[in-house]
Amino acid sequence: MDLISLIIIFALSLFIGYEVITKVPPTLHTPLMSGSNAISGIVIVGAIIIASNANGLLSTILSVFAVILATINVVGGFMVTDRMLAMFKKSKSKE
Amino acid sequence: MLEISSNIENIFYLLSASLFIIGLKRLASPATARNGNRLASVGMLIAIIITILKYTNTNFEWIIIGFFIGGILGLVLSRYVQMTAMPQLVAVFNAFGGGASALVAIYQLMYSREPITGTFTLASIAFATVIGSLTFTGSFIAFGKLQGIVSTRPILLPLRNYLNLILLIAIIVFAIILSIPNISSINFLYILIGLSLIVGLLIVIPIGGADMPVVVALLNSYSGIAGAGAGFVLNNPVLIISGSLVGASGLILTRIMTKAMNRSLANVMLGGIGVADGSTQSGSDENRPVKSLNTEDAAMILGYAESVIFVPGYGLAVAQAQHQINELANLLKDKGTNVKYAIHPVAGRMPGHMNVLLAEANVPYDELKDLDEINSEFDRTDVAVVVGANDVTNPTARTDSSSPIYGMPILNVDKAKSVIVLKRSMASGFAGVENELFFLEKTNMLFGDAKDSIEGMTREIRDLD
Repeated sequence: MDLISLIIIFALSLFIGYEVITKVPPTLHTPLMSGSNAISGIVIVGAIIIASNANGLLSTILSVFAVILATINVVGGFMVTDRMLAMFKKSKSKE
Repeated sequence: MLEISSNIENIFYLLSASLFIIGLKRLASPATARNGNRLASVGMLIAIIITILKYTNTNFEWIIIGFFIGGILGLVLSRYVQMTAMPQLVAVFNAFGGGASALVAIYQLMYSREPITGTFTLASIAFATVIGSLTFTGSFIAFGKLQGIVSTRPILLPLRNYLNLILLIAIIVFAIILSIPNISSINFLYILIGLSLIVGLLIVIPIGGADMPVVVALLNSYSGIAGAGAGFVLNNPVLIISGSLVGASGLILTRIMTKAMNRSLANVMLGGIGVADGSTQSGSDENRPVKSLNTEDAAMILGYAESVIFVPGYGLAVAQAQHQINELANLLKDKGTNVKYAIHPVAGRMPGHMNVLLAEANVPYDELKDLDEINSEFDRTDVAVVVGANDVTNPTARTDSSSPIYGMPILNVDKAKSVIVLKRSMASGFAGVENELFFLEKTNMLFGDAKDSIEGMTREIRDLD
């Protein structure tokens, strides 16, 4: 993709992010942080790409280390968010 | 490795990014949030699979080993962390996310097949490396402070603001040099990594324990921005979209927290308040009388109230009394009392933390009210019960322009018909300011451990019938 397309994507995503996130109620701000943390684990895609190209010892170690860090972020982030959200329950009388 | 055109690859990335956005949108209500989080995780799976199919050739087994190690660690961390330790966990995840982004950028400059010559790509590498590295060390210091390994007192180095300024200028200079293709060299990258790791340490070390929610939110934002930077390095749109979503999210939360604390971001980052300013305040009339009562009297007041608002602060979580307060609330509800909880944005150790702690104790989420929702209701409420909260209930914030907390949004507990404050002692809160609420005619202090006091009240109310 050319540079200007990427910059357009970047700017529009910031606006979408702003609009979507401001709708999240304060009650869910902690799951929002851990969940968006998991989404920032998308750098796992970058880690996979570099690990696929690595062909020396040091470069393999470096890139696999990036894969490990990003995987912790993705797996841990989504799972802990799910664990928290499972606890949020409505009061019985209003069910 | 399959022959997948970049158009097809990007269509799948668009699908992932759409699922992230829909997932975040579903976080607008607790009823749909869990489903939203799952949709986002499906989006992640799609992105991972398409990337492996398109790119992975020789090192497939190493990538799987990486998934395996990271997956196990992530699983263990997410499964066994205590809800009170959630800020530490998020701090650690921020560190990993920032670290991974920095590694991707560093790798590209060191090992890319074709030498990188574009100014913009070089600048992106510098950017992702700097933000990712300082997020990495900064988040570990934040983790240490939250966990109590690193002193939570602001550590103030002499001349630290000059030192930070010099380091910041050095980073900008080296980032520019790295971005100029003719003079660019890998050595400048090493210098940038070193400087950024140091700056990460230095910007978090001076920040006091009470300000940690702001720092964690800000580092959350940085981890996203670093990811977007890595996206520019690799020309990868899904990284840019997701990184900027997270960057926006972190910035919004940072602003909410600084507003709730009545501070500017600059004020938090330059460090200080947390403890230092407090000592000057406690002067004037410390020995003013307060009314105290025992659990029996408190139970009488609560037992005959028609409406009760609980105002929990972090002291509640420290006393591990969430389950006890839910039990007391259920008892009151069974008697027909209207029960709600008033949650100040800084009630916990990170945005929304108190809500999670109460949800864990089975408090229904529709009874948890935030500042704007609940403040108009206090004057129609018979009893407000303050448990382990202090500064956020201080009416001085509304009235006394000389007070350090003047202008801070507070819960208008003083408007309730009567107030019971559960507290260990008369010690002042983080801001070191006397709480005028305690001295009001309508306020009764119930001294002691919050857990014991709440259990005592529950017992006495049962006996009332």
